[in-house]
Amino acid sequence: MILDGKCPSGPLSEKWDKRCRELKLVSPANKRRYRIIVVGTGLAGASAAATLGELGYNVEAFCFQDSPRRGHSIAAQGGINAAKNYPNDGDSIFRLFHDTIKGGDFRSREANVYRLAMLSNNIIDQCVAQGVPFARDYAGYLDNRSFGGAQVSRTFYARGQTGQQLLLGAYGALSRQIKAGTVKLHPRTEMLDLVLINGEAKGITVRDLVSGRIESHSADAVCLCTGGYANVYYLSTNAMGSNVTATYRADKKGAFCANPCFTQIHPTCIPVSGDYQSKLTLMSESLRNDGRVWVPKMKGDKRSAHEIPAEERDYFLERKYPAYGDLAPRDIASRAAKEICDEGFGTGNSGRGVYLDFADTLKHPGEVKIRERYGNLFEMYEKITGEDAYKQPMRIYPAPHYTMGGLWVDYNLQSNIPGLFVLGEANFSDHGANRLGASALMQGLADGYFIVPYTIADYLARTMPGKAGTDGPEFKKSREDAETFTKKLLSIKGRKTVNEFHRELGRIMWDHVGMTRSEDGLKRALELLPELRAEFHENVNIPGSGGELNQELEKAGRVADFLEFAELMARDALLRNESCGGHFRTEYQMPDGEAKRDDENFCYVAAWEFRGVDNGPELHKEPLKFENVELATRSYK
Amino acid sequence: MNLTLFVWRQKGPDDKGRLEQLNAKDISLEMSFLEMLDTVNEGLIKDGKEPIAFDHDCREGICGMCSQVINGVPHGPQEKTTVCQLHMRNFKDGGSIYIEPWRARAFPVIKDLIVDRSALDRIIQAGGYISVHTGGVPEANAVLVPKEDADTAMDASECIGCGACVAACPNGSAMLFTAAKVSHLAMLPQGRTEAARRVCVMTEAMMQQGFGNCSNHYECQAACPKGIRVQFIAKLNREFIKAQFKGACRKSP
Repeated sequence: MILDGKCPSGPLSEKWDKRCRELKLVSPANKRRYRIIVVGTGLAGASAAATLGELGYNVEAFCFQDSPRRGHSIAAQGGINAAKNYPNDGDSIFRLFHDTIKGGDFRSREANVYRLAMLSNNIIDQCVAQGVPFARDYAGYLDNRSFGGAQVSRTFYARGQTGQQLLLGAYGALSRQIKAGTVKLHPRTEMLDLVLINGEAKGITVRDLVSGRIESHSADAVCLCTGGYANVYYLSTNAMGSNVTATYRADKKGAFCANPCFTQIHPTCIPVSGDYQSKLTLMSESLRNDGRVWVPKMKGDKRSAHEIPAEERDYFLERKYPAYGDLAPRDIASRAAKEICDEGFGTGNSGRGVYLDFADTLKHPGEVKIRERYGNLFEMYEKITGEDAYKQPMRIYPAPHYTMGGLWVDYNLQSNIPGLFVLGEANFSDHGANRLGASALMQGLADGYFIVPYTIADYLARTMPGKAGTDGPEFKKSREDAETFTKKLLSIKGRKTVNEFHRELGRIMWDHVGMTRSEDGLKRALELLPELRAEFHENVNIPGSGGELNQELEKAGRVADFLEFAELMARDALLRNESCGGHFRTEYQMPDGEAKRDDENFCYVAAWEFRGVDNGPELHKEPLKFENVELATRSYK
Repeated sequence: MNLTLFVWRQKGPDDKGRLEQLNAKDISLEMSFLEMLDTVNEGLIKDGKEPIAFDHDCREGICGMCSQVINGVPHGPQEKTTVCQLHMRNFKDGGSIYIEPWRARAFPVIKDLIVDRSALDRIIQAGGYISVHTGGVPEANAVLVPKEDADTAMDASECIGCGACVAACPNGSAMLFTAAKVSHLAMLPQGRTEAARRVCVMTEAMMQQGFGNCSNHYECQAACPKGIRVQFIAKLNREFIKAQFKGACRKSP
């Protein structure tokens, strides 16, 4: 099937206005007759639930955390982009649009990205009005800083906690609606299934994580704002609870999953220190402005860093990419670090790490400047590693960080299932094959504050409100399926823990579907994954019962979904015989090692339809047309 | 290293609960505290026992989910550090560690080390926000904010809502938590309009939710992983008195 993104016709800059004029409305008196479910309360979910509540809809908001203030958007450090052009440095909506399309290696939809750039300015206005304490200059005006992939300063920030401050703004707006009674909150509740009636999304089945009860909730439309799936790699910068369950179970009910192989590996994270490790911590990319990356020239060199003289060090980024040096783009820096460690030059006990050395900058301009620029990062590094990076180089290694792929949505953010809307990182729409820094926050809030509140009305206006109760056969079956699945998991009583399986899954994914992929490796993954999945369903050990708070059971459900979803990622990566953005196939590279895109054959969105776990999915394509930017090789030389 | 743990085990809100002695063997110095508990839990599962239930999520000190009293101190011995960022090199080989949940009347235990902190959400719901609708707001630079005020607002707004301040307070008071939000918004011109009403409804909600009064012990500041200062409590008190002169508190619903 050829998919249609249903973008409005006409000039790029008028598309969104045109669509807004075309969209049907729901009258104020009728809004309260509609019920909308919002799953997830990160930036996308909290902003959507709050705004829909303000408009007068009945909203039911769900999150698995104990409070809606804890979605993983909270951990975003750097900032949020907007085309305000406050510094007068030549920024514009078109430039932000162009940078984002190019950063995504020309694998995203022009119309969506342009709309995102347009709305970026409204987001900043909104957040300031909410009391987000953005950084300011001494005159009281908002301050900006620069970020990767752009030649202008357009990033707004609140110290190193921009995500936290934006989320607290949205959480405040959401809290206000909870108080007003338009939003009903369901914390510590996890979505297990999407319920369709006559092919339309009309509710969800959830597990109350405290009582263990499995219940259904009906609605007139469902919004999934459940984030990304980087935890498929086991170790990532995501929170422990971040998972693919909500989106994957929607996929199993017929929602197409688009470009699942597009994942972002961030180059500067604190390396793994042992098998027990549970997660990875990001160190801001800005550190590469002042740090130099190197490894010893001798394999397995056990001397400490300062004992190795300059001529015995390999500054491999500067050697391989003399034009960009230590500031090579994310994907290239990540790959180079992994390759050099794979060859045996890595540092530390595990051999999985490279030095990020500030010695030169500490000499000049000196420690005071470094403290001013990165003091909090050095502190965080010391807390985790026990090492003082003022005295010895940091050790860093790439880590899975963000997933550009997700459920397929049209321009209205509606999936191929009518009534199912997907927002934020959970959808695939705006970042193509690689996301630029400070763009994730922008997308989550654009979707939640300014897009879905408009587009969902168009769907609702075409439906009669409140038809579905939770007693119908579809809901009953959904609850029974969830109960059966839970009982089945609990009855296995095998010998391996959920974590052991998750770690093995992570190893397969990292080795074969990670930063570099090859046909052989992907085929190997497609052999290993079904074996591991089969073993999981015979040999996993989940203690306790389903009728109580049971964290192992929660994890088991999520890992069971990751085990199936992983295969979809590998299939998608195998199909895409090109390299673009975060998807790097070793067979497809330029002589200098850059990604080699194939616009003739792969300038499309790959959207996969679920056809049963053992049958393999069916591919649908949405061709990508570029009318306003030139398809060019993404050069950073 | 090897450690003896005394961990609070409680099946549910109605169970009495008790400290259970457990051994943590072959613990690496590089492990985080929660990774040490992961390891203990893996062992318990292998032995056919129930693992220790504890809240955690981001494991980088920002989500505010983790909540354990370690050797009598909320978030443990390291200053300005959440449990998830605490590492085992802060403990001695062969030592004992007592691990308990947040203890406060407003935080009932759900299971083991997990407590119900929704009372904090209800304080925010009462009025811990600026009542602005989405859309129709002024251009971001239309209202200037002095840098010092923006910085102070940010100092207060760094609160992660973990509840360590409540757990540390002998009165189980949520004063520091409430004060941080009241101060953050009262510092900004956008938040001034509702400042009087906000301080009234938030303090009222705080009392209704079962939190105690503040008697200036300052344990909250010592326990706060984000270094929120008690000066904000003074700010709350000033805002409260100002609101009373205006009669704002009597009018609150």
